[in-house]
Formats: sequence, structure tokens, C-alpha cells
Amino acid sequence: MAIRKLYGTLGSPDTIRALASIFEHELDFEFIPIDLNAGEHKTESFLSLSPFGLVPVYQDDGLTLFESRAIMRFITHYYLKPGTELVYEVPKLQGIAATWIDVEDHQFSPPAEKLRQELVDKAKKGLPMDKEVVAEAEAKLIKVLDVYEERLTHSKYLGGDRFTSADLTHLPYLYHLMGTPVKQLFEERPNVSTWCKDILSRPCWSRVVEMVEKDKV
Amino acid sequence: MAAIKVHGSPLSTNTLRVLAAVYEKELDHEFVLVDKSAGEHKKEHFLSTHNPFGQVPAFEDGDLKLFESRAITRYIACEYADKGTQLIYQDSKKMAITSVWMEVEGQQYEQIAAKLAWELVYKPLLLGMSADKAIVEENEPKLAKVLDIYESRLAQSKYLGGDCFTLADLHHLPTLHYLFGTQVKKLFDSRPHVSAWIADITARPAWLKALAALQSQQ
Repeated sequence: MAIRKLYGTLGSPDTIRALASIFEHELDFEFIPIDLNAGEHKTESFLSLSPFGLVPVYQDDGLTLFESRAIMRFITHYYLKPGTELVYEVPKLQGIAATWIDVEDHQFSPPAEKLRQELVDKAKKGLPMDKEVVAEAEAKLIKVLDVYEERLTHSKYLGGDRFTSADLTHLPYLYHLMGTPVKQLFEERPNVSTWCKDILSRPCWSRVVEMVEKDKV
Repeated sequence: MAAIKVHGSPLSTNTLRVLAAVYEKELDHEFVLVDKSAGEHKKEHFLSTHNPFGQVPAFEDGDLKLFESRAITRYIACEYADKGTQLIYQDSKKMAITSVWMEVEGQQYEQIAAKLAWELVYKPLLLGMSADKAIVEENEPKLAKVLDIYESRLAQSKYLGGDCFTLADLHHLPTLHYLFGTQVKKLFDSRPHVSAWIADITARPAWLKALAALQSQQ
């Protein structure tokens, strides 16, 4: 069987999402870095894998996939390991988890991405943040976290009583935002704080962080 | 009383998305009108019972309560796999390709299409205002680029996910419907594979029933 490959950029939350899924399932793979600054994602050969020029791209058993959430869903369903599945096989329970995967996508990610750009990206480039954009994004994120706080009074994890992709899909932005003052918004909500600490301390996640941090050096 | 309830509003593309799946699966259901003009979707009862983000649609199947239209359609496709049209593949690898194009709809297509639909359809209809030309001029070329990629994809397979109609195609129907009544139609018409795909999926009887059902609520 051909080796699994992940083409990506370690600064990209989408690439980290795919890595989280790969490590959680303990899959052997080769990581091929794509240099976005050098326009590597716009070359003919990359576009033949990912027509929108997006990272990451995942290859496995004859399949070539792009879009990190599609990669995550494929890995979750293809590599089921009884007792450690990141998905519920019962449709009704899986429906609930699927709802919270989409909540991350449509409600959490937009303000989180704005804050990542303003507070992480710009800082790296030595550029000043736009305070209005930050304030607006924080206000949106607060509303989302209030919903999460309420949700997590009913279940230990967002998707239900076990850790699933609904939680995993949040890890990239949690990783970036916990290194900024926005951290406080998570810490001042007890259920959210407990949930964050729990999922960020998963051993497989530490391996992703190690890989990302090494690249920064 | 039907076990399945769809809570939604007229003119809501997200509501239409769920209804399209419900009709493809031929499911008995009850439509519960949410009066957005009266702010019903932002009131305590709706927020605590149906969708804490105050959006339509919301969905019930017995005790199960869901929101987010694309999570609802996935649930319907899985739970009722044996009924009506197959909307997903059971084979994991075939499903993976469909999943990619479902994400493309949500991440690459929808945001641009929704901006254009807002300017060219909703603003005139709901607010009596004309479209912001700058926004339209910015987003038409972006949609054209996305549709170029769709054109290549649909030259390789009849539907976005593969040989069969799936959620990857269905999810496009609501905004396609609204954009077809605008100047944006030319972007679809000028691409033969895209044009043929649209003609095919918009003629589906279940889609026509879903449209009629929601329009009868207006």
C-alpha cells in the first residue's frame, strides 16, 4: 500500500486540523510542506491535487482529498477502532456531533480566524492589530462561548459524552488563541475552561503541537 | 402528528436545503413556520428549545433535536438510508469524495453565492434597496473562478460527488434557485457542464416539491 501523505503548511489551522485527526488515529504518514509564501500552492502540479489551491491535501489508499473537515471525516469513519472511535455510529448520536462540527465551522471559526489574523499573524509580521476588528470578533466569540458554556452543562464534550471530531475540530484555533489575551474568555467560563484543558491535554494533540513548534524554530 | 418537524422560514435557503433532503427521502413531516419578521427566532423559547444561535432551520425527529442545515441533511441521509433517494455513499472512499465537494459548497461556493443573492435578490425584495454594485462586481469574478473549477470537475463526472446525485449536489440547490433569477445566471449558462448539471438537478421532482412547499408558506 502506498504511504499516506499530507501536504500542508504548519502555520495553517486547516493543516493542523488534519494532523490532529491523523495523530488521533495513530496513522503513519509522510508530511510534505507546501510553501505558501513561495506560491507553491498555485503550481500546476499542486492544483492538480487541490483545484482551489488549498492546503492541506491528504492521500491515502488511492484517494486524494482536500478540505480539512472532509479529511477529518474520512479518517474518522475509515479508521474506526472500537473503544476509541471519534464518531458515533448510531445516526441519531452522530447527528448531534455533526451539528457541533458545523457550529465550529460557521459560528466559532469566523471570529476565531479574525482574532488569529490580528493577534497572531500580524504580531509575527510586526504589524499593528486593528483594535476595532479585534473588539468586534471578541464580541462574536463571547456569544458563541456563552452557548458552549450552556451546552457543556449537558454533556462532557460538545458532541456528547465522548470526545469526537466535534471537539477535535476546535483544537487548531484553541491552540492559536490560548497564546493570546483572548485566553481569558475561555478561562472565565468554568465548563468551557474544563473542556479546553481536557482536550488540549490529549497525548495525541501534544504530538501535533511538538511538530508545529519544531517547525517554528 | 409527525415525528419529524422542520422549523423554518420562507426565503430561507438553509430551510430549503433541509426540505430538499426531506422530500428526496419521501419522509412524512410537519413544517413549523418560524416568523422571523416577528423576531421569533431570537426569542427565549426558540433559543433554548431549537437553536441557541437563533437561526433557522431547526429539526426534530422524535426526541432528537438538531440545527445547522448541513448537519440535518447528513443525519437524514444516514438515518433514512433505506428510504427514497440515496444521498450519500455507504462506501467510505466514495463518501470521502462526496464529503470533499460538500465542503467545497460550504467553504468556497456558498459565501460568494450568498453575498450575490443578498445584493441581487434579498435587498430588493425585503428592503426595497438596490444592489451595491461594488460588491456585485467584486464577487461575480470570484464566483466565475469557482465555477471554472466546477466545470472541470463536471467534465470528469456527472455529479460533483461522482456518478450519483448526492448531498454534494443537493446543497447547492437553494442559492442556485435564487441566483438563476439574476444577472449571475450568465455565469452558469456559459459553462456547458455546469449548465447541464444545473438543468438536471433543478428538474428533480423532490426539489420542485420542496420549493412549492416552502413557497406555499409565504
